[in-house]
Amino acid sequence: MGVALRIKNHPILDFHHDQPVKFCFNGKSMLGYSNDTIAAALHANGITKFSESIRFHRARGFFCGIGKCSSCLMTVNGIPNVRTCIVPLKEKVEVKTQDTFASWPNKQQKQTEQESLIHTVDVLVVGGGPAGLDAAIQAADRGAHVLLVDENQRLGGQLIKQTHKFFGSKQENAGTRGISIAQQLETIIQNHDHIDVFLESTVFGYYEDTNSDLFTFAVSQRKGYDSTIIKVQAKTVVFAVGAMENMLLFPGNDLPGVYGAGAVQTLMNVYGVKPGEQVLMVGAGNVGLIVSYQLLQAGITVDRVVEAAPLIGGYHVHAAKLRRCGVPIFTRHSIKEVKGSDHVESAVIVELDENWQEIPGSEEIIACDTVCLAVGLTPSTRLLSQIGVQMNTIPEAGGYVALHDEQMQTSIPGVFIAGDNSGIEEASTAMIEGKIAGVAAALKADKVQKREAKQSLMQFSNELARLRAGPFGEKPRIAKQKIKTLWGKEQ
Amino acid sequence: MREYEQTGVLSVNDLVLPSTKQMQKGVAITECIQEIPCNPCVDSCPVNAISMKNINAPPIVDYDACIACGKCVGVCPGLAIFVVKKEGDDGLLTLPYEFLPIPKKDEQVITIDRDGKKVGNGIVKRVKKQGKTMVVTVELDAKDLMKVRHIKMGNTSD
Repeated sequence: MGVALRIKNHPILDFHHDQPVKFCFNGKSMLGYSNDTIAAALHANGITKFSESIRFHRARGFFCGIGKCSSCLMTVNGIPNVRTCIVPLKEKVEVKTQDTFASWPNKQQKQTEQESLIHTVDVLVVGGGPAGLDAAIQAADRGAHVLLVDENQRLGGQLIKQTHKFFGSKQENAGTRGISIAQQLETIIQNHDHIDVFLESTVFGYYEDTNSDLFTFAVSQRKGYDSTIIKVQAKTVVFAVGAMENMLLFPGNDLPGVYGAGAVQTLMNVYGVKPGEQVLMVGAGNVGLIVSYQLLQAGITVDRVVEAAPLIGGYHVHAAKLRRCGVPIFTRHSIKEVKGSDHVESAVIVELDENWQEIPGSEEIIACDTVCLAVGLTPSTRLLSQIGVQMNTIPEAGGYVALHDEQMQTSIPGVFIAGDNSGIEEASTAMIEGKIAGVAAALKADKVQKREAKQSLMQFSNELARLRAGPFGEKPRIAKQKIKTLWGKEQ
Repeated sequence: MREYEQTGVLSVNDLVLPSTKQMQKGVAITECIQEIPCNPCVDSCPVNAISMKNINAPPIVDYDACIACGKCVGVCPGLAIFVVKKEGDDGLLTLPYEFLPIPKKDEQVITIDRDGKKVGNGIVKRVKKQGKTMVVTVELDAKDLMKVRHIKMGNTSD
């Protein structure tokens, strides 16, 4: 059962691969483990082709690994378009690839129960990553009744794969690994009287309700692979839905084996599955450098890191860790092409000149089975667009983001944002933004003593400013300044 | 543009070097020279030998005050702190290590420089667990104290 692809021993993590789960893929019997997602179990069985392109029938593998793209959609127990990268593997499930567009479930299939469940809360927090967890805690600490909704089986968002120790100061849990921060926050949430949690649930639409002053959302809650629709009404809402990894344009970028760096991190650090044996990393920002080092820790070879910019973008300390392990970093180099039939077999890299143009003849073929793309993130903002908050393209924030004030409130009073979906940054600042949004959302929902709230908001704002004060905080500083300027004009 | 920003490899000229006397006493070397928002090393020091102007400023070690205890080595999120101690022709280097297998006392290891190249051999003198980070002290040639920054397990004969 793809034993070679399972990570057995790890210097930081303990994997509990002890409860085997039998399942069926395209008629073939396979084994996975109880904590796997379907995609992780398939990968561990050596299955990397998850779908085909509709027109040319090119092999497609997964890409984001966190439920944000559509490369891993399959039919599970007769239900089409299941995001196999986030749904749990269960005993005896039947997984089938979808040839083209998924067909409608056959009529014998039990229809989704349309129970009209209604849940009314003070503050709805969408997304259980670092920003959402802290938003929920801050709002609930002030007496607000909070509902926290997340798509995954576990809370923590991307913290659950961050095996490295965090930077920052004591207030931001510096020196603690992301995985431990996730556990700490999860424990607080679970023991909090004022917080309800919906796991494996997706907030998928905003609805106008003329009979109510509350925000109304539709939430689909998975039960098995089927789902129930729940109507959630909230006085205020905090969106902390994160971001999605960027794709790069080059021939072969759709081949299985070309994965987002975060997806690879999820696969190896959450599920204990090796993405491959020989990796080419594209991008020397902090994500590319950190994930490369974690690949080494999982016993995987990193051939090199290529970076199109003339300088390494991430922290020097992260680059130094890689270099002393013998991994070269090639600045002014990029990926030109990936070759292979149904999976990555090699990659072609090329040197770039001062104008970022390819230097002819500088191509080099790299033997590898995995290409990791660590080339930035794009904020996930679709629900915010649907609600109709004012948005704008801010390149330094990673793209299209909602304009917001210093309390993280968007142009629609009562709608707040925090973390990567308000501009790409990192987990420590996301947590502080979450705290700000949580306090502000509770305040807006009339749950807070104004004086205490103002003091807390001031303290959190100061912490944010402090973390962003250095040269590495320049980009978010510019992004937030632009947002502030545009916000001023619009109001 | 400084070279390390392109290569990821510091040269000793990028660092504030301790005197021979300070090295004989033993000191922590912080190979953290960029302005990044991080300060756990400051809090970890039992004798307040590490200071920072603000959270983004690089740490400064008071080599005379440092007692070479190595607490900061296992704390630093960037795995960028090393303790060097010169004992005659021998040197003791303490470094953070997060790979398997975990080194054992008296084991021979290959010593590696900042560029990933082999320098020579060393002997593990002490292994201390700080969370999941191993703080490993290796005995090596004193002249390699400012050169070696990593170790590799395995056959040391090549």
